[in-house]
Amino acid sequence: MVRFPRRTALAAGLAAMLVAACAPGDDDESAGQSPEPTSDIQTDPSQMGDVTLVVWDQEVRGGQNEQIEELNAAFQEMYPNITIERDSRSFEDLQTTLQLALTGDDPPDVVQANNGRADMGAFVEAELLSPLDDYAEAYGWDERFPESVRAVASYTPDGATFGEGSLYGLAQQGELVGIFYNKAKLTELGIDAPLTWEEFLAAVDTAKQAGELPLPFGNVDQWPAIHVYGAVMNRDVPTDAIRDLGFGRSGADWTSAENLAAAEEISGFVDAGYFTEGFNGAGYDPVWADFGNGNGVFLIAGTWLLADLTAALGDDLGFMLPPPREGQPPVATGATSLPFAITSANENQDAAAAYIDFITSADAMRVIAEKGLLPSVDAGAQPTQSSAQEEVFGAWETVTSEDGLVPYLDWATPTFYDTITVALQELLGGQATPEQFLQRLQDDYAAFVGG
Amino acid sequence: MAYLYVLPAYLVFGLFLLVPLGRAIVLSLYEWNGLTPATWVGLDNYRDVVADEGLRAAFGHAAVLIVFYAVIPTVVALALVATMTRARLRGLGFFRTVLFVPQVVAMVVVAVAWRQIYAPDGPLNEVLRSIGLDGVARAWLGDFTYALPAVGFVGTWVQTGLCVVLFLAGVSKIPRELYEAARIDGAGAIREFFTVVLPALRNEISVALTLTVIAALRNFDLVYVMTSGGPGSSTTVPSYEVYRRAFEIGEVGSAAAVAVSLTVMIFVLTLGITRVAERGTS
Repeated sequence: MVRFPRRTALAAGLAAMLVAACAPGDDDESAGQSPEPTSDIQTDPSQMGDVTLVVWDQEVRGGQNEQIEELNAAFQEMYPNITIERDSRSFEDLQTTLQLALTGDDPPDVVQANNGRADMGAFVEAELLSPLDDYAEAYGWDERFPESVRAVASYTPDGATFGEGSLYGLAQQGELVGIFYNKAKLTELGIDAPLTWEEFLAAVDTAKQAGELPLPFGNVDQWPAIHVYGAVMNRDVPTDAIRDLGFGRSGADWTSAENLAAAEEISGFVDAGYFTEGFNGAGYDPVWADFGNGNGVFLIAGTWLLADLTAALGDDLGFMLPPPREGQPPVATGATSLPFAITSANENQDAAAAYIDFITSADAMRVIAEKGLLPSVDAGAQPTQSSAQEEVFGAWETVTSEDGLVPYLDWATPTFYDTITVALQELLGGQATPEQFLQRLQDDYAAFVGG
Repeated sequence: MAYLYVLPAYLVFGLFLLVPLGRAIVLSLYEWNGLTPATWVGLDNYRDVVADEGLRAAFGHAAVLIVFYAVIPTVVALALVATMTRARLRGLGFFRTVLFVPQVVAMVVVAVAWRQIYAPDGPLNEVLRSIGLDGVARAWLGDFTYALPAVGFVGTWVQTGLCVVLFLAGVSKIPRELYEAARIDGAGAIREFFTVVLPALRNEISVALTLTVIAALRNFDLVYVMTSGGPGSSTTVPSYEVYRRAFEIGEVGSAAAVAVSLTVMIFVLTLGITRVAERGTS
C-alpha cells in the first residue's frame, strides 16, 4: 500500500544519459519482443523442470514482508523444482531502478510495476511486459478478480489506453479512499453514522455547529486534495465519466455541469469552514495523527491508515465508504497495491504465471488478511481483528463487487498529477474560481486525448 | 610535462563533471521520455524555457530567493560584524558557533524543522497568538503571498552564519593601526565602516556572495520538503522544475534544457561577482 500518490520516477533517464552514447533511447535492442503466444499453457508447476524466477517486489514493510516471505516459502516447498530469488526494494528504490533493470541485459522475471501510465503504461508501450490474457483464462483470473480491479492493471498493447485492453498484472492487496470517523465523537454529537451523502453533509454541519473540526485535512503535500476531491466528485459526476477522466480516455468533459457542481460543492466546504484551518499549509501526517488523538470527526483518507489509526483510536475508530447520494450506487476512488507482472524477456512465462496465481490464490488472500492487510479479493470472507478492519474489508468487497471502484484522478495524463495538485490548491485557497479550476484540468485532459 | 600533474584531477573532473554536462547539453536538444527513442528538436526546449510562463515564474522566484539568501544575509552580517569590531564582545566564540550551526545541519533537516515551525498550529503561530498578533498568524506555507518569503527566510537564517564567520575572519586581518588612524582623523562609526572595514572585506564579500547566490539558485531541498512548489505553483524554482520534468512527467529533454540554462545563469552571475570584486582591488 502506498501512502503517497503514484508519482512516476524516471531516474533511469539520468543514469542512462551518462551511459548512452548515441541519441537517447535508441540503444534499446535488448528490450526483446513479446514472446509468441503459446497455445498450450502449462499450469502444473511440477511439470516445468528446474526453474529459477527472479522476483522484484516492494513488499518490505511489516506485514507485507511477512506475507510474501510466507507465500514464497510455501510455493517453493510445494514445487521444489522452482526457486524464487527474491529482490525486495522500497517503493522509492523500485520506482527509480525498475526501468533500468527492465531495459538492461538481465531483466528480472517477475516485477511489481506501478499501475500508472509513466510506469506500467510505458513498459507496455516499450514491449517490456507480457500480456496475461491467456493465463487469465487458464487460471480463471477473469472470474476471480472483479472488473474494476483488473482495469487498473489493463492497457491496450500499444500502452496508449489505460483501464481496458489486455491484463498486464495481478495485485495482492486493495486500497481505497473512504471516510474514517470517530465513533465517540458521533455519540457525543448525538448522530448516527451517515448512510447517505445528504446525511453526511448534515452530520458535518452538526459537527461544525458544535465546535468540532468536521473534516481534518492537511494539504501542504499537495496530493491529499486529490483524494478528498475524489470523494466529493464521485457523488456528483457519473461513474463512467469519472473513469474516462481518470484513465485519460476521450469522451468526457471536465467542464460539464456535474463537474462544476463538484467543484462548487468542495469550495462550499472551504467557505463553511469544515476543513482544518490553513489546510494548504498543514501536513498530511500531522493531521491524521491529530485525528488519532481525538481532534476531528470525519477523516477522508485511504485504507492504508487503518493500522495506525486503529492503534490510536481502538474501538472508537469507524470506517465507511463515502456514502452515496440517496438511491445512487457506492463509488469510491481506489486501486490495488502494485500489480505483479511478467517481463517479456522471461523465458519461463508459465512458471511466472503459476507463481503469480499462487500468491493471489484464496489461501494467499487468507495469509494477507492475517497480516492485517486488505486482500484484493475475498476480503469479505476473511476473519477480522477489529470492527474498523471489518468495515474496511466490507467496504472493499462492496465497492469492487458493485463495480464502484474509480481510478485516481492524477493517472489521467503524464502531467495530470502536477496540473490537478496545483489547480486544487488554487481552487481551495480561493485563488481560482471553480470555472477556472475546471478549465485548467480540461486543457490538460483535452491536449492529451486530442479532443 | 606540467599537464601530467594536472591529469589525475582533470580525469576525475572530466569524468564526473564535463562528461555529464556534455550529455545534459546533448539531451537538451532532444525530446525524450526516458524510455522510447528520442526525437531531435534542436533549440525548441530552450525556446520553451523562455516562452513557458510557469518557468519564467520559477526563475522569478529564484530572483526573490537571491534577495533572501544572498543580499539580506550579507547586509545583516556586515552590520553585525561592524558592531562587533566597535565593542569587545564576551563569548564571541559562542555566538560564532551558534550562528554557524545552521550551515552544518543538513538542509533536509532544516526544512523539516521549519515546516513544523510554520505549521498552522506550529510554534511561530503560537508565539504570534500569545502576544496578541492573531491577525498575523497564518498557514505560512499554504499562503499564496507569504509562502515564498517564508521559504526565503529559512535561507536567510542558514546563510547569515556563513557570512558572519567569513567577515569576522576578514576583519581580524585588519591591523589595529588602521582603526586608530581613522579615529584620530575623527571618523565616526559609520565613516570607519566605509573607509576601513568595507574595503578590507572586499574579497570576503565576493566569496560570501558567490556562495550564497549559488545556494539560492540551486535551492531544491527546501522547496521539495517544505512546499513541493506550492501552494499552487507559488514557490517553484528552476531546480525543482528540473526534477519535476525529468523524474515526474517524463520530459527529460526539457529538464536538461532548464538545467543547462540554470548552469549558465549561475556561471554568469558568479563570474560577474568575482569580476566586480577584482576590478576594485586592482
